[in-house]
Amino acid sequence: MSTARDPGLQPERTRLAWRRTLLTVTVVAALAVRLASPGGPTGALIAGLTVLVWGALLVLCWPRGTGTGPARTGGRTLPLVALGTVGLALLGVLAVLRGLW
Amino acid sequence: MWAAIRHWFDPAELRSVGEPPDYRFSLANERTFLAWLRTGLALVGGGLAAAQFLPPLPMSHLREVIAVALLLLGGTVAIRAVDHWARTERAIRLGQELPASRFPAILALAVGAGALLLVVAVLVRAIGGR
Repeated sequence: MSTARDPGLQPERTRLAWRRTLLTVTVVAALAVRLASPGGPTGALIAGLTVLVWGALLVLCWPRGTGTGPARTGGRTLPLVALGTVGLALLGVLAVLRGLW
Repeated sequence: MWAAIRHWFDPAELRSVGEPPDYRFSLANERTFLAWLRTGLALVGGGLAAAQFLPPLPMSHLREVIAVALLLLGGTVAIRAVDHWARTERAIRLGQELPASRFPAILALAVGAGALLLVVAVLVRAIGGR
């Protein structure tokens, strides 16, 4: 792999894509915590679960965004990251519905 | 449906299909997945922002309806992203044509229709407020 010419810098571009994704996850998690936070144990529970999901996504995405040389592709990380995104969406729905009561 | 979900979480099964492709194709497929995932995250973020930053709208609970619709749409985009990634990876390994999809067109129409509805809501409020 060290001798192969790679004009497209594909592994680097993929690492940067993982970093952009992790940054987006962080912004979304911060918005969800802000929405859930004010008042009540339910809000605190939703905010805590959001922080947990964010931590899981951090652990999943970080190794994919760092390092040099050939990048790993595929694997269980991809469906798990998608699942984490669905989790953030559902926690957001709970936070919105909580505001109606 | 459950079989498809099990396939997403079984990388060994995916690697047993066909021939190992040029790694650059796999990386490009992964970046496409990540771009779709960020699209989903942007919709989720939009829903969360609508819920807390929009002023009260003329129709009761319209703000919450918009927020929940955006959140569910974002979750759907994320699930569809991983499904499309797995089907594309399989097609690349088997040397088949890439899977065609109506989803981008449907998503674009849904976002366009939503934007149009909001324009109407804004105009109704602007005219009603005079």
